[in-house]
Amino acid sequence: MEIKYQVNDNSLLACLDGELDECTAEYVRLSLDTLLKDLACVKSARLILDFSRVSFMDSTGIGVLLGRYNKFKKNDISMFIKNPQNHVDRILKMTGIYEIMPKIS
Amino acid sequence: MEEFENYFRMYIDAKLINEGFVRSMVAAFCVQLNPSVSEISDIKTAVSEAITNCIVHGYGGAKGEIEVFVGLKDGVVFIKISDSGVGIEDIDKARQPFYTTKAKEERSGMGFTLMESFMDTLKVYNRETGGVTVEMSKEIRV
Repeated sequence: MEIKYQVNDNSLLACLDGELDECTAEYVRLSLDTLLKDLACVKSARLILDFSRVSFMDSTGIGVLLGRYNKFKKNDISMFIKNPQNHVDRILKMTGIYEIMPKIS
Repeated sequence: MEEFENYFRMYIDAKLINEGFVRSMVAAFCVQLNPSVSEISDIKTAVSEAITNCIVHGYGGAKGEIEVFVGLKDGVVFIKISDSGVGIEDIDKARQPFYTTKAKEERSGMGFTLMESFMDTLKVYNRETGGVTVEMSKEIRV
């Protein structure tokens, strides 16, 4: 798993590349949490998670997303998920993640 | 194992780094039934959930071994994954969506729900010798 970032006004695009499972979860958690400090001072900040290169995700990924949502929400940062692959999309839909992190394209 | 047309069995160290290897091995073995991309993804997810349970819940990160069996018969994949860990206190509760004993560790509690959704059958039981076995199957629709 590798994460690359791109800043655009009040939005930060984080592109995840690889598999999101128990083995890579801690890296994703820590990487995204380091963004919190930078984004917390931006008004109406948005974190967009580009999932187009996430080739695999299981329920561990859902736990990671829920954990990030709780942390970022406290700092008034909204989160979005961009372009997930079909299978990942199914898991995100099934677990109701889109209700708190809308899907965008 | 005469009941199966083909099968494999492996024992693997309960390490997180092996999770991806096991799901890829199982998926590669199932390819002979000509599954769709979606069916392969379903199997990989279910296997990943079962292996995570062994490592995180069964052994709690401690040393242990996981047994993986995959059998093929009449276009159906049978998967059996066992650990020798602490077992599950209340299996019915554990199978409920969003139920987790490790909420502080950001667990979603959706592992069994995904296994159930992506496979045709799912059976979970505590082994007499200790630990848990998960049996699941999926018909590959050609």
